[in-house]
Amino acid sequence: MTATYTYPKYAYRRPPELDGPSARRGVVVVGAGPVGLAAAIDLAQRGVPVLVLDDDDTVSVGSRAICYSKRTLEILDRLGCGEPVAGKGVGWKVGKVYQGSELAYQFDLLPESGHRRPAFVNLQQYYFEEALVNRARALPALEIRWRHKVTHVAPAADGATLRVATDDGEYALACDWLVVCDGARSPIRRLLGLDFEGQVFRDRFLIVDIRMAADHPAERRFWFDPPFHPNQSVLLHRQPDDVWRVDFQLGWDADPEAEKQPERILPRLTAMLGPDAHFEIEWASVYTFQCRRMQRFRHGRLVFAGDAAHLVSPFGARGANSGIQDADNLGWKLSLVVAGRAPEALLDTYDAERVAAADENLRNSTRSTDFITPKSAVSRTFRDAVLALARRHPFARRLVNSGRLSVPAVLADSPLNTPDAASFAGAMVPGTVAADAPVTGACGPWLLDYLGGGFVLLVFGEGVDAAAARALCAAPVPCRVVQVGGAGGADREVIGDAEGLVAARYDGRPGTCYLVRPDQHVCARWRAFDAAAVRAALARATCRPPET
Amino acid sequence: MATLVTDPNIAAPDDFYEALIEAHRGLTDAQSALVNAKLVLLLANHIGDAGVLQAALAAAREDVASA
Repeated sequence: MTATYTYPKYAYRRPPELDGPSARRGVVVVGAGPVGLAAAIDLAQRGVPVLVLDDDDTVSVGSRAICYSKRTLEILDRLGCGEPVAGKGVGWKVGKVYQGSELAYQFDLLPESGHRRPAFVNLQQYYFEEALVNRARALPALEIRWRHKVTHVAPAADGATLRVATDDGEYALACDWLVVCDGARSPIRRLLGLDFEGQVFRDRFLIVDIRMAADHPAERRFWFDPPFHPNQSVLLHRQPDDVWRVDFQLGWDADPEAEKQPERILPRLTAMLGPDAHFEIEWASVYTFQCRRMQRFRHGRLVFAGDAAHLVSPFGARGANSGIQDADNLGWKLSLVVAGRAPEALLDTYDAERVAAADENLRNSTRSTDFITPKSAVSRTFRDAVLALARRHPFARRLVNSGRLSVPAVLADSPLNTPDAASFAGAMVPGTVAADAPVTGACGPWLLDYLGGGFVLLVFGEGVDAAAARALCAAPVPCRVVQVGGAGGADREVIGDAEGLVAARYDGRPGTCYLVRPDQHVCARWRAFDAAAVRAALARATCRPPET
Repeated sequence: MATLVTDPNIAAPDDFYEALIEAHRGLTDAQSALVNAKLVLLLANHIGDAGVLQAALAAAREDVASA
């Protein structure tokens, strides 16, 4: 328990299956952590009834994942719960890296303005989960069952049958689709004996949350070999409620139980913060970490997401943030498949896209780990050489790796993309998350307010006539038209490019069109509207055969 | 694309070699290792070309078997 937070207790209810027949479910999500909740909210918002099963009855115990990326906040905005997370969280974008007591270099993760959300917010995981639970409870299509533990899973060609244990006994439950978000130790992955390949790192870290009134700016600060903790690294983050996260590298030989004791922690903190600092310990944990993933995230009617599917080191905040992107990627695809509007093959692209993203996260996380915890004398020598050079030479600052912080995956190799036929400047290549920008319009002051949900054709100027716009809206997989500038009728939304940044970020000229997926990734673009090309790109992005 | 130059390219090779050894005068083995690492990084950045760097890494490792 902590002094600054009171854990909610969500009521267990006796399930009706114990007293009567068990109705088959469409989609069951296992795990009411950040990823399971995000997936369930996304599905429910799309009209897919979802049952969430969780073996506990509260939110995350301890602050755990605390750094939530801009992309995570944008996804939460789409899921209707961005504001409580962004509002409570401490925004930051500057990181400072020290060697010894000297600043080696600093970075700014979002140097430009014109984005709704900051590069990161820090927020205790329990607040994050509570915001998602509150949103989930407002959705009639979503039911959460607390203290319902899945003890057995029998996969079948058309779904799965579960056994669920409760305080009142066990019951059977059949479903068409099972979304597995039961965390790093994934009991379901283990029950099914599925592979989980990778590396375990031989190092231990102590994380301590302390309550302390201090006016340090909200920046990420990282020390290599500081005088207060020689030969190891230390990371410091600010959280809300005057809570600070300190992360001490301990080495492999540290005794995890002993290191968790206050009498061991206090001298470390005093050495760091000075003898006059006033603080109280909120929570402490000693962890090791692993970099590994399942070979495939889809196993027939079972789909794995988040830590259950992939694990990275914490350097770079790529755990929870990548899991939220998994949910973002899965929601629209599964809802189209459940509705019979796309073939099951669309879910293989969840696997392809998120496995590629997981590999990118694993690569970055492993590289950071090798820099922070060198595994050989020569590796340590090169690390120290980089840090020494970084003080004088700009090139070496690019080599300093205290964690490459989470950025949204660019799905450049996705089979859902239509390759460019014209040339474009800027970053918005097919596969990229659509960049935000300030706009004027009826649905809000940010471009991302208008993208996502369904497919959107973002058009610069009046190049799409009314009949074409209505045809797109009426297609089997509908596509809304959002028009930048000009006049329009009821068949489209018209927005103003408030600061010219939409045109700048999308290289938009009169006639330019972008096809944006329901998860806000760009999947095709053209220099002029062509109804047949848009229909073909929509078919491709949903794995449907092209129209004849 | 640039390739790794392995033909003579230093005008006064003996001068360079002397300077290289001189750069390590008075250093412990650990300090020398650090100086060498810094030198590698400075030169690598100067070269920049990924293909040349890859070829240099391969040439340096040639005939050195894993222990």
